[in-house]
Amino acid sequence: MTTIAPEKVIAPQKQWQGQSVPRKEDKRLTQGQGVFVDDIKRHGMGYLHFVRSPYAHAHITSIDVSKAEEIKGVYGTLTGEEVAALTDPFFQIASEPGGQIKDFALAVGKVRYVGEPVVAVVADTRELARDASELVEVEYEPLSALVDAREALKSDAPLLHDDAGGNLMWQGTYEWGDLDAAFAEADRVVKIEELHFHRFNSTPLECDGALVEFNRGTAQWTIHTNNQFPGFAAIMMGPAMRCGLDKLRFVTQDIGGGFGNKITSHPQLVVCCLLARKLNRPVQWTEWRTDFHMSMSHGNERWFQDTEVAVKADGTLLGFRTKALDDAGAWLRYEPLGGVIWAQVTPGMYRWRHIRVDFTQVATNKAPVSPNRGYSRMQHLWFTERVIDIVARELGLDPVDVRKRNYVRAEDMPYETPNGCIYDSGDYAQMLDIALELIGPVEERRADAKARGKLLGVGIGSTLDSGTNNFGQSRLINPELQFSGNNEVATVKLDIFGEIVVTLGTTPQGQGHETTAAQVVADILGCSMDDVHVRAGHDSYWNSHAGFSGTYASQFAVTGLSAVKGATEMLAVEIKKLASVIFGGVPAEALELAEGGVRIKDNPEAFLPFMACGAIINANNAGLPEDLDVTLNCRYVYRPPFEVPDIERKFGNLTLTYAAQIHVAVIEIDPETGYYDIVDYAAVDDCGKRINPQIVEGQVMGATAQAIGAAMHETYEYDEDGNLLTPNFYDYHVPHALDMPPLRTGFIESPSPFTPLGTKGMGEGGGAGIHAVCAAVQDATGKIVTDSHNPYQRVWELLQ
Amino acid sequence: MDVAVTVNGTLYERDVEPRKLLIHFLRDDLDLTGSHIGCDTGNCGACSVIFDGKLVKSCMLLAVQANGSSVETVEGLSDGDEMTALQQSFSDHHALQCGYCTPGMLMSATALLRAKPSPTDDEIRKALQGNICRCTGYWNIFEAVKAAGR
Repeated sequence: MTTIAPEKVIAPQKQWQGQSVPRKEDKRLTQGQGVFVDDIKRHGMGYLHFVRSPYAHAHITSIDVSKAEEIKGVYGTLTGEEVAALTDPFFQIASEPGGQIKDFALAVGKVRYVGEPVVAVVADTRELARDASELVEVEYEPLSALVDAREALKSDAPLLHDDAGGNLMWQGTYEWGDLDAAFAEADRVVKIEELHFHRFNSTPLECDGALVEFNRGTAQWTIHTNNQFPGFAAIMMGPAMRCGLDKLRFVTQDIGGGFGNKITSHPQLVVCCLLARKLNRPVQWTEWRTDFHMSMSHGNERWFQDTEVAVKADGTLLGFRTKALDDAGAWLRYEPLGGVIWAQVTPGMYRWRHIRVDFTQVATNKAPVSPNRGYSRMQHLWFTERVIDIVARELGLDPVDVRKRNYVRAEDMPYETPNGCIYDSGDYAQMLDIALELIGPVEERRADAKARGKLLGVGIGSTLDSGTNNFGQSRLINPELQFSGNNEVATVKLDIFGEIVVTLGTTPQGQGHETTAAQVVADILGCSMDDVHVRAGHDSYWNSHAGFSGTYASQFAVTGLSAVKGATEMLAVEIKKLASVIFGGVPAEALELAEGGVRIKDNPEAFLPFMACGAIINANNAGLPEDLDVTLNCRYVYRPPFEVPDIERKFGNLTLTYAAQIHVAVIEIDPETGYYDIVDYAAVDDCGKRINPQIVEGQVMGATAQAIGAAMHETYEYDEDGNLLTPNFYDYHVPHALDMPPLRTGFIESPSPFTPLGTKGMGEGGGAGIHAVCAAVQDATGKIVTDSHNPYQRVWELLQ
Repeated sequence: MDVAVTVNGTLYERDVEPRKLLIHFLRDDLDLTGSHIGCDTGNCGACSVIFDGKLVKSCMLLAVQANGSSVETVEGLSDGDEMTALQQSFSDHHALQCGYCTPGMLMSATALLRAKPSPTDDEIRKALQGNICRCTGYWNIFEAVKAAGR
């Protein structure tokens, strides 16, 4: 592994930010002392197992749970009929027609994908719950299945949701600039009939789960879970369960990977809640691997049809129009937000100004889609990158030159895109140069490969990782929605013995929040980060969360750390206020925080350690001035500067920051078989100021590995009857140790002018890798690549 | 069925269902929750333990098969509170993110380093091929094991 950096970054003494300090989380996680959801046990708890649909599409004609319930050790069951009586359908984000569908926590009357939960069984062991599920008798009347989104709007297509009157879930037209003028000005119009972005997800190694307790006295549920966006789960669950959000206490600690896939477990959590109440005992649910593959949070499958690109002969891109067709699967669990999230990166990295996207989302008899690392932007950025390489090929131009000619330039920053998003900072051309330098000259290698009978290909992927959502973008798909902006919370307090205790609203899944938060706090308070105690996980009892709390969508370095910074600065002010009194009226400006205490700048001997500050306020406060407004317990809500977007024009700033990635893949194909290896790989990243470079690089590596897996191996394939063909890690091949290519990494730092720490959210830049592999396959084979998934067989077919 | 299994040096005697998997026995009966479950099919290696000196996936064995045997899990790696050199190396090299695969990864690496104290890059990759990690891309894990092996 090689890493190059444009300049050596040397942090000043005692500066914690910018240092690759080891993570606070690591000791417990390497010693087997982490607490993941399946590790939590309660006396008398029952294990929940779901009876799932064996059909992609069928009416449920009868359900009989009596044989299961007769078994000793089976505590009880829950059916869709009971769910429909006890809850209301989940709130729908969609406007018409998708907004009409009735979505419950268990199938009611009909099943719509293989693996859909139909009945839940709770028993005193995992094994018994599974056995008893086999005794639940469900009669089905099978219906034709709809598995190809391109067939969904045909008049004879099977109809999933009667309530919606068709399979159309959402449709919208996005148009900016002057398409007619752009196409009139063009020297060439490049046409691309169809591009396909395939269905996969990040398969976190820990599946979903929960342990739910119901307190009869307070009518409150405590939900120990690994859901990564409790704020969203709460607003979905509360209205459905007809309770206030105070009745839903979410608790997380360690989460075994999320990648967006753990946002939409709210239906299963509702089932756990209902059963915990019904059976009067704690209910434990841990999803099996096959259950996850069949039912949880597939990434959006998308087609781009009838694409036309207006381009000048020199490769200057003027604009494009395309029809995007998105396959939502059977339910809208987070959708149709995917119908707008892509617009955060409408022009990709390029300066074209005239763009039209007709976006259509349909339902199919497949697992519901939900966010997956790079959610919806990845699909669109793959499309823009495919367009660049196809245009370059059609015009006989070098893809590097086309990119450099059209990239948004460093001097253009901050750059307003045609749809009003603001790219905050960056230098894409410089990043490309660094990536190409890491790879080095390829012509000799190409000749060498040829001499060995191999085809060498080089591909570039250049993408953006937009972070910190403006939830106002949801109004572009449903003007009735009352969401906008974003927020995150942190509390920082000084306790009796001087303990600095930090609480976050986030739900980290490996991003090292305890560590980076401590780095920020230590710099502001002038202490060691070892003295900063960051509570692990999330607990809605801590009063350190807000409506959008969670860990998703590349935002912790902005939302989370800005909240930490805000709360710590409040605490710093309070410490000085207190010290000012203790030191007999020395003005706060004459004080500084250093070495774990507060002192007079000109007289460092006058030193009050944090321990004394904490003790005075918390336990020895008689005689303090009445007007001393100090608690040493500070809560700060960070709210990014957003406006509500213009709904008519579909215009406005949809995200606060734009981290950038340039990846270059070099592959060698065996033309006889289509087998190929990635023989060299460079990933260059720019996420603004890096609080902990090692953690940043870890995210870059992980996203790269997932991209390689998705590009080469991973796919959720269905047969014509709607059976998932890749329901486990045998058939769904994720990269193993032997699959990993050599990796070279590089970076630049373009601080964001819009964020308190100059940081940008990051971690979702893997899409660059999918594209880089596609481009390399195109380069090696000389054939236009139209699919994001290129297993060996497809490459072989390309070569025929 | 009665089983007597020594885990991390302690003898445990329990009555278990014959069909109970060793991983569920460790996690649910002995409350040794450091070993994890990621796949149910023997692919992911999160449940890897050392069984009578040999690296195994504990979801591929029944608890009753462990009767009379000696099992080492991640909880037994460090002697006391301090991290071992291998655990420290994982932290130093940022070889873990969510930490879910880490216990299995550490057991595979431990088995490798016992057999080959200074493994080559190739040997490291082969030794870890039965352990899936979805967070790191493995590169930092290779570095961590290599550094620990020196």
